[in-house]
Amino acid sequence: MGLDTSRRGFLKGGSVALGAAALPFLKFMPAQAAGDDVVVVVMGQTINSLDLHRTGTNRPSYQVAVNCYDRLVSFGTKTMPDGSLSYDYSTIVPEIAESWTVSDDGKVLTFRIKPEAVFQDGSKVTAQDVKWSFDRAVSVGGFPTTQMAAGGLLRPDQFAAVDEATFTVTLDKPSKLALPDLAVPVPFILNSKIAKQHVTDADPWAMEFVHKNTIGSGAYKVVRWDPGQQLVYERNDLWTGGPLPGAKRVVLREVPSQATRRALIERGDVQMSWNIPNKDASELDGKVEVYSTPIENAIYVVSLNYNFEPFQDPDVRKAVAYAIPYEEIFKTAAYGRGVPMWGGSGIETIDWPQPSPYVFDLDKAREHLEKSAFAGGFDVPFSIDLGQSDWMEPTALLIQEQLAKLGITSTIDKIPGANWRTASLVEKRLPLALETFGGWLNYPCYYFFWAYQEGHLFNSSNYANPEIEQLVAETLDLPVEHPDYAPKVKRMFEIAFEDLPRIPLFQPALSVAMNGATGYEYWFHRELDARKLAKG
Amino acid sequence: MNRRLRAVLARLAQALPVILGVVLVSFLLTRALPGDPAAYFAGDAADAASIEETRVKLGLDRSMPEQFGLYVLQLAQGDLGQSLTTGQPVVEELARRLPASLELTLVALLVSCGIAVPLGVLAATRPGSWVDHACRLLVTAGVSLPTFFTGVALIYVFYYLTGWAPSPLGRLDFIYLEPPSVTGFFLIDAALAGDAETWFAALRQLILPAATLALFTLAPIARMTRAAMLSALSSDYIRTARAAGLTSRKILFGYAFRNALLPVVTTLGMVFSFTLGANVLVEKVFAWPGIGSYAVEALVASDYAAVQGFVLCMALLFVALNLLIDLAYSMIDPRIGFDSK
Amino acid sequence: MNTMTEIPTVAEPQAPPAKSKGALDHVIYVLKDNPVTLLAFAMFAVLMAAAVLGPALVPYDPLATNASEALQPPSAAHWFGTDNLGRDVFSRAIVATRLDLLISVAAVALSFVIGSVLGAAAGYWGGWLDVALSRVLDTIMAFPLFVLAMGIVAAMGNTIENIVYATAIINVPFYARLVRAEVNIRREAGFALAAKLAGNTDVRVLAMHIFPNALPPMMVQVSLNLGWAILNAAGLSFIGLGVRPPTAEWGIMVAEGANFIVSGEWWLAIFPGLCLMFAVFTFNLLGDGLRDMVDPRRRT
Repeated sequence: MGLDTSRRGFLKGGSVALGAAALPFLKFMPAQAAGDDVVVVVMGQTINSLDLHRTGTNRPSYQVAVNCYDRLVSFGTKTMPDGSLSYDYSTIVPEIAESWTVSDDGKVLTFRIKPEAVFQDGSKVTAQDVKWSFDRAVSVGGFPTTQMAAGGLLRPDQFAAVDEATFTVTLDKPSKLALPDLAVPVPFILNSKIAKQHVTDADPWAMEFVHKNTIGSGAYKVVRWDPGQQLVYERNDLWTGGPLPGAKRVVLREVPSQATRRALIERGDVQMSWNIPNKDASELDGKVEVYSTPIENAIYVVSLNYNFEPFQDPDVRKAVAYAIPYEEIFKTAAYGRGVPMWGGSGIETIDWPQPSPYVFDLDKAREHLEKSAFAGGFDVPFSIDLGQSDWMEPTALLIQEQLAKLGITSTIDKIPGANWRTASLVEKRLPLALETFGGWLNYPCYYFFWAYQEGHLFNSSNYANPEIEQLVAETLDLPVEHPDYAPKVKRMFEIAFEDLPRIPLFQPALSVAMNGATGYEYWFHRELDARKLAKG
Repeated sequence: MNRRLRAVLARLAQALPVILGVVLVSFLLTRALPGDPAAYFAGDAADAASIEETRVKLGLDRSMPEQFGLYVLQLAQGDLGQSLTTGQPVVEELARRLPASLELTLVALLVSCGIAVPLGVLAATRPGSWVDHACRLLVTAGVSLPTFFTGVALIYVFYYLTGWAPSPLGRLDFIYLEPPSVTGFFLIDAALAGDAETWFAALRQLILPAATLALFTLAPIARMTRAAMLSALSSDYIRTARAAGLTSRKILFGYAFRNALLPVVTTLGMVFSFTLGANVLVEKVFAWPGIGSYAVEALVASDYAAVQGFVLCMALLFVALNLLIDLAYSMIDPRIGFDSK
Repeated sequence: MNTMTEIPTVAEPQAPPAKSKGALDHVIYVLKDNPVTLLAFAMFAVLMAAAVLGPALVPYDPLATNASEALQPPSAAHWFGTDNLGRDVFSRAIVATRLDLLISVAAVALSFVIGSVLGAAAGYWGGWLDVALSRVLDTIMAFPLFVLAMGIVAAMGNTIENIVYATAIINVPFYARLVRAEVNIRREAGFALAAKLAGNTDVRVLAMHIFPNALPPMMVQVSLNLGWAILNAAGLSFIGLGVRPPTAEWGIMVAEGANFIVSGEWWLAIFPGLCLMFAVFTFNLLGDGLRDMVDPRRRT
């Protein structure tokens, strides 16, 4: 058992993938064999666990849950105007569930599991497996538990395996977030029979085992994982969650140097480069296939901390909003990738994000500053995240330059990864910072829940407004079609633009370059979904 | 002989406080790093409660002395803890990554010596001549460029533009499989397995990063060779040998070079340990899975166990090397040391 | 490279030099004697000129952005081209000279002074002082130095002062060891004993008679370290722990520019890289010349 990283184990796996042409004596895979149905992907980040539920699992590792496990349901797929694929938030499709019903009061969701669904070891997927997996997700704490709670999934007693193939979720109150929350990567289904063999008193959820082994029913299994170097996915031919991927093997290489990644994709030595910088995206477009998808429900913003005295003055906040050279930032930091979020002409829709009414206008900025108690300007540290300096640094420099013209002196402070989260989100102590948040569930109320509600994690500006609190609480579970929804949401937008705890800059785009492979699909989780990948 | 053994033991005993010092300082240094690992590792959407949970899980809720005690206790059992960024035991990871760094460093030094020692000897035989000056300019130019810059430039020219070098993707192109692990050095393991194909593949991956490092280490080796040769050539025994009419070849290689070798080897040891610590940047550029890149990632993420493990590992290597150098030193120059006092 | 440990000079040293106008003659003699040293001094003069006069001479404000002129290749208007924010690379590279020299000189001066005092004391008096100091220095040296510097800067915050301190700390042991070895060899040498018998205090003998003998090898160390300090700061910048933006500094310019090489904007990294190389090169070459100048044995 276990992830055999030895050479023999790898070859054994390889011979399955290569079909009849078992190559026990071959010391290397000839270029031909490697080229046929192996897709090589490079990325700058590192996978640190195969188990999303584990404490400390980082974002890039979420893709393992997507590629190697199934959920009950998934989101549909749609074709974007540029011909690329994107997940479709508006449709929920079966993954391991064949069908589902919602009770009249909206509180009980009943799922029928596909009779043909099997795990990678050939055993049937049962409702008991689902129950065990869901219990695990709400019990282990940390991010998975928080994400489950967002959909109203709080306790094991909400989940029941009625029989082998029937599984029910009972909600405390009906919510539009419940079903979509079952389609995010978190509630993935593990083979509880195998997992239970590795349960100990100290480890009731087999965390240690699942950390290094994939025991799902998903499209791929991990046949090799060299932490910090590479991860090798191999297609699971027993997969029932969708059409089999074209690639038999997907090799994910971790290459820290951005310049190296660019050289590799440009020369065609790898087929896909994940999350490329905006500059590369705009320059490589045309040379190789580049997909830039605006990230749904996400905005890059300037966060003004309400704990910092000058920013408590609404005129100072507006002065800052008018002093931001939006156009230039969009050009030099985003290289035109993404969607502008300034110069809006009024709130007409409930689309989020949408442009703020502000534009770059130094005269207006001066006017506002003069009206404030800080007409003479002030000093403020301007914090950016070291890990995101590719867009944050040019943005901060451009803003810094304009603020200086108002007499606001800022010093740029690059904060390394570990400290960034603590300082900006947990302690919320950065007076002026660049921030980014994207909500997985694509509703404006969901965004406001995280970013504008008092004390919530992504509310880095310590913003508190009773009306917003009220509106978010009212809209969060309300169906979008409800007549009250749109007016309430529009009111939230209005307040947000007036109070300006976060000044929107632009909606970022996720850019991916492909050279010799097809089947890229954009997902809200912004990690690699390899289930449609094919060479060619 | 007995006296020498006692000296070795005494020196070993001296190394002990150094190791203890390193353990303590690395512990304190990691704790002084900014940021809260619990918040970092609790995940993206973690709230205060789950951060607290993570803190307890990581043992970071305990007091400093308690944490240190636990750390030392673990150390005593050979357990360096678990890295949070990679989710693996630190010992395992260091064991896998150290050979990668050592292989790179050793190959680089080999290349470097192959060029620098002859250059140094050449310069020493003609001090003050244009050859001497040219050698000096050449090696100085090598040490004057930041390694990450040289690395990227080499990739640009030899991989991106000309395509002569293989893709800079770590120790082996992905189409090759790692040779069965014996030493962890791919060149040695592949040779042991009689696998010429993989051996060449591993060598090709090594060329650019090794060249980058070699360029950087030319200067100290060449300069030390020159200095040591000069000092040897001006010494009494060479004068005597010259007076005795020995051939200049015999004098140069038979006497001078052999006497100059020790300081050169000493320098090599120093350069080696320094390079091992400094190839952090080269590893990053070439996606080399060594301990240097591991340490950088860990440091930026405030990954305590990984940083401590790395520092300790390097310190042990350094102390061992230093011991050898010191012993060699005291043997050649009896004026060093306070034993006589 | 700071791993360079000069072997102890074997030849018997002579009495300490007398301060006289002969020193200047000696400098001229050394310069005439060695064209490379002459070249090094000329290069050093250029560096100093750039550091002192640079900010007054440059054609553009090194911090002023101009998005419409971003990433322009070298031209008559912008000799070294412009960077991703449209800043003039030439102006930035020249202005950076002062800061870079400041960082390296401050760091090296700090480690020189601390290292000399510690090393001389340990070497002269020996005993427990020597043992304790040696252990502490060994501990510092046992750290992988670049990672130690990274750790210090990460822990204390990436300001210019902290970069200087970090660079100084990791260099102290090299000076201390060197001085200790030199002093240790000579503390019972004839000239030292003679000076002591003549009524000089220990500190005076140490500072005026023994220590100057340690200067020649230290000069080499100093000049190498000056260059190395710049490289160290550049390395820190590459990791992201360098000087804060938008300050112009060679290391950060090279580090950021390195990402642009593959996309064809070579001028971003090459020109600051050449400046950096020029400075490190100068310091390294200077080392030998300085040694010749301060070496008591070379005086005639």
